[in-house]
Amino acid sequence: MESPSSLPAGDLAVAREPERAPESAPAHGNVPDRAWAVLLTVLGVGVLCVAALIVSELWRIGGPAIAHAGLKDFVTRSTWDPTRDLFGAAPYIYGTLVTSAVALVIALPVSLGLALFLTEMAPAAVRSIVSFPIALLAGIPSVVYGLWGLFVLVPVLRKDVEPLLGKTLGFLPLFQGAPIGLGYLAAGVILAIMILPTITSISIEVLQTVPGPLREAALALGATRWEAIRLSVLPYARAGIVGATMLGLGRALGETMAVTMVIGNSPTIRASLFAPGYSLPAVIANEFAEASGELHTGALAALGLLLFAVTVLLNIVARLLVRMSRRGPARVRA
Amino acid sequence: MKSVAGRRAVNHVMTALCALALLLALVPLVSLLWLVISRGIAGLSLDFFTAIPAPVGEEGGGVGNAILGTLYIVGIACLIGVPLGVGAGVYLAERGDSRLGDAIRFTAEVLSGVPSIVVGIVAYGLVVLPMRRFSALAGGVALSVLMVPTLARSTEELVRLVPHSLREASLALGVKQWRTSLKVVLRTALGGIMTAILLAVARASGETAPLLFTSLNNQFWNWRADQPTASLTVQIFNYAVAPYNDWHEKAWSAALVLLILVGSLSLAGRLLSRNRLR
Repeated sequence: MESPSSLPAGDLAVAREPERAPESAPAHGNVPDRAWAVLLTVLGVGVLCVAALIVSELWRIGGPAIAHAGLKDFVTRSTWDPTRDLFGAAPYIYGTLVTSAVALVIALPVSLGLALFLTEMAPAAVRSIVSFPIALLAGIPSVVYGLWGLFVLVPVLRKDVEPLLGKTLGFLPLFQGAPIGLGYLAAGVILAIMILPTITSISIEVLQTVPGPLREAALALGATRWEAIRLSVLPYARAGIVGATMLGLGRALGETMAVTMVIGNSPTIRASLFAPGYSLPAVIANEFAEASGELHTGALAALGLLLFAVTVLLNIVARLLVRMSRRGPARVRA
Repeated sequence: MKSVAGRRAVNHVMTALCALALLLALVPLVSLLWLVISRGIAGLSLDFFTAIPAPVGEEGGGVGNAILGTLYIVGIACLIGVPLGVGAGVYLAERGDSRLGDAIRFTAEVLSGVPSIVVGIVAYGLVVLPMRRFSALAGGVALSVLMVPTLARSTEELVRLVPHSLREASLALGVKQWRTSLKVVLRTALGGIMTAILLAVARASGETAPLLFTSLNNQFWNWRADQPTASLTVQIFNYAVAPYNDWHEKAWSAALVLLILVGSLSLAGRLLSRNRLR
């Protein structure tokens, strides 16, 4: 944790420094110490090598397929037929985006409510008790979520939720069509459950950096607890919460097993959330081991490259936002 | 300005909604745990832990080879991932206050968000393609890549917690830097690092996606690192999506075994760090 500051940022770069002590002086003319330093540096640089390796391998395997199809056609065409060497990834991209959007719509309010409840409203005892089940939720393997989704969530959606949605909101194209159970909605709900701990725990971290005097000032002026949250806490934490949401989104985009098991695996683009679809990770999971040739493998690796690029970008922006917010926003809107 | 009563009412409603969020979050967790336990426990027997899978329609059979395979693959992952991850973490803590350190730290953070299936493709390219076969080694490489970023980050934090006075005392006694690093700093942080390793192992044991096309699967016992190897997670996936009812039951039982494995690893990790802190 960085030093908590009640002041807006600016002077924090300086405040971080003084902890470093004498020992970082270089070890001249001392062979074992030098070797040790070199070893550590090599291992540290190893992380950079891992990153470089990921990029270069994805490019080496996936590059030729992108060149074959042309980047624009690759992402906009909707025919995926390995036997005819036709690779259009649009249905997978669409499915990934739709399921992630559904997940965010469900998970964001719940996670934010939960984070606010735990940091701002509930007594400390509740917070320490609840942190355990949230960690548990984050630790459950995704294939187990998929199993639960397939045999518990999907039947519930098919029998109860989708007919009800169809009856009440059926005028929207989103909720039309036969209630199958397997489909975008099921995948979105599972994803929502899976990203909930991510968004919640990072939001809690961000909310805890909001300086106490901000809340106290609002409360002292006669604001209710909720008004203090809305007027002082949330504006201060906004960037961090956006970052937390983006990290959740990153997880949702790349989540494989649970989605593969409940999305229905149909390479089509449909407006209805009840319809079966497909996603980028799901098609890689289903086809990679049995790909019909180098071009097919390449096209699947290219999907992976696409996924990698998007998640890395999201992560970079999100981490910067969370970092920024830990230091406090430049200005707090009244 | 709204009336005080109205503002109070809004406050109560919002508080209730936030409490409701807690309830909403707990429902799937309770349902999932309850079902895995209640449906999985019926299929557990000694056979289930020690036998290899039975063909469709035949009674009995187990996931013994898959349990072994998961341990085997995760073991390989540890051999590669632990030294690299912990070493990088020590580097970041001891000499990481530089541009290079910042770059490594940020890269590790970003890498921890890379989808695991993408890492599977990388391991496929690095190991499966040159060896021309699916293997436990490929699965281990994939999982090790997933372990490195989190291990590096948590090791750094733990090493930074070691008080400077300890380091200074050791150096003042004329102990060389490398010995101070190993025998004083790492020794002090060891408990915490063990916890981090156990948590990373728990996470790796639950991974499925990167194993689908690296270690693939195997219906038999396998001890060789260059052969396709079964894993609990891939086995659960295959059982779950197959159209046979008795395989579905086996999927639940295997899921219970997996949860017990992952749960006891993370529990052990947490207990370990609790003892260290007191």
